Amino acid sequence: MFEFLGYEFMRNAFMAGALTSIICGTIGVYVVLKRIVFISGGIAHFSFGGIGFGYLINFNPMVTTLIFSLGAAVSIGLSKKKVNMQEDTTIGILWAIGMALGIVFVGLSKGYAIDLFSYLFGSILAVSRQDLYMMVTLCALIMITVTIFYKELLLVTFDEEYGNVLGAPTNGIYIMLLCLVALSIVVMIKVVGVILVIALLTIPASTSRLFSNNLKKMILFSILVGLVFTSGGLLISYYANLASGATIVIFSGVMFFITMMVKSVLDKRKRNRALNAMIQKQ
Amino acid sequence: MEENGDVAISIKDLWVSYGDHVVLKKIDLNVHEKDFIGIIGPNGGGKSTLLKAILGLIKPSRGSISIFGRPIREAKRYIGYVPQRKEIPRNFPITVFEVVRLGRYPRKGIGKRFDEDDNKASLQALERVNMLEYRDTEISNLSGGQQQRVFIARALVNDPKLLLLDEPNIGIDLTVQNDFYEMLKRFNERMTIIMISHDVTAISSYVKTVACLNKELHYHGTKAINKEDFEKVYNCPVELIAHGQPHWVLEEH
Repeated sequence: MFEFLGYEFMRNAFMAGALTSIICGTIGVYVVLKRIVFISGGIAHFSFGGIGFGYLINFNPMVTTLIFSLGAAVSIGLSKKKVNMQEDTTIGILWAIGMALGIVFVGLSKGYAIDLFSYLFGSILAVSRQDLYMMVTLCALIMITVTIFYKELLLVTFDEEYGNVLGAPTNGIYIMLLCLVALSIVVMIKVVGVILVIALLTIPASTSRLFSNNLKKMILFSILVGLVFTSGGLLISYYANLASGATIVIFSGVMFFITMMVKSVLDKRKRNRALNAMIQKQ
Repeated sequence: MEENGDVAISIKDLWVSYGDHVVLKKIDLNVHEKDFIGIIGPNGGGKSTLLKAILGLIKPSRGSISIFGRPIREAKRYIGYVPQRKEIPRNFPITVFEVVRLGRYPRKGIGKRFDEDDNKASLQALERVNMLEYRDTEISNLSGGQQQRVFIARALVNDPKLLLLDEPNIGIDLTVQNDFYEMLKRFNERMTIIMISHDVTAISSYVKTVACLNKELHYHGTKAINKEDFEKVYNCPVELIAHGQPHWVLEEH
């Protein structure tokens, strides 16, 4: 049954899935609650330019992607206050330009590249040991930052305006949050790719929201849910011989809808029972 | 004018404008300690802007504001503020207790954790607004009036000497409004209060003095507003607003 663990690439894939779950679980909760799903999409797509640039200058694309995604995060964060433009317009422009740059850079680079497809839709089975080291580092960085600035992130996510009243550096905290999103995206691109990143940021967090009434619980649940989704999806893709990233996403989506329906049925039952109890009392 | 105690807020020649648009024009105002001022005026008359200027959130184009004799920056920790009610993010997993405790942020600063003192202060603030029993409830599950009490607790959590409220009665059930104003009246024994409100009747029975604001401030340190001021501020016949009363006096009569 567990013969797939005999392959190093499968062991690496599960490790990568686990790291991704920890990160998505944590950052995804903020993305969902702060409603920056679209912004995260913008950062992810802009970072595609970084992948192309890495190929062009023949440098580790994970590093150039990191630079591009952080650049996008900071400029979106700054444009909120400084530039007199709708935030979603800025994001739309970055989104498109990033993709275009990626394609042009790759076209300009010499020789045959490349598994562009794997960056768009992920290649969890191709995660190398070196990739894992980088993922662990980024993961640690993200978790430490979220722990230290828990109070600040809560303040900005829940009520940014009142944060200003309290004299908190809300703009800086917001940009920090976007940078955390950027870091997570870099980690996730290897696993599910630019296009499917949004799924992993939103689905585990929204599933976990159904069962948690405070932020810490929501993050914890969301990590657990992510673990189940990524490993489940990975197993299915292994046995059914399907594209792994896409399978993870579809599996997560299906599980989310099932959970939501079960939950709403349970809630209805609970309400009815309470109502009946009240009627019987009278 | 009756002088009761020291000056809480002193505003001198305050002008605020957004671009070419003047919002506040030559405001002079002295608020004394333990005052309870109700500010009325039409929408867009600059009421919220005035509170934000007092809080230091808006830079005046001209003029100065001092609070308890100090510049705003140094006096900030003596001010509690309840902003205009807005839809709180639905589905946000945060308990009443956590919302109030976030109000302690200024005492902590970046990267420091809340401690026992913060917890104690938060519970006390909740007790003062009679919401202690809801401390572990998710805030989105409360009614509008209950939420408003929580936000007042958040403003009280640093033991302010000055409380600023921006239309606190919006979204509060009529049946509990009296309790609400009684509560403010109790707070007023310990602190200065400035409240923006549309609810002229409520203002008339609970505040000590009334000011009218429409770009310019009309304030005589009394509860009576003369007809000229009122008409100037609202630009319409007074009778329309005054429930047909021939003259507009908020003093009991």
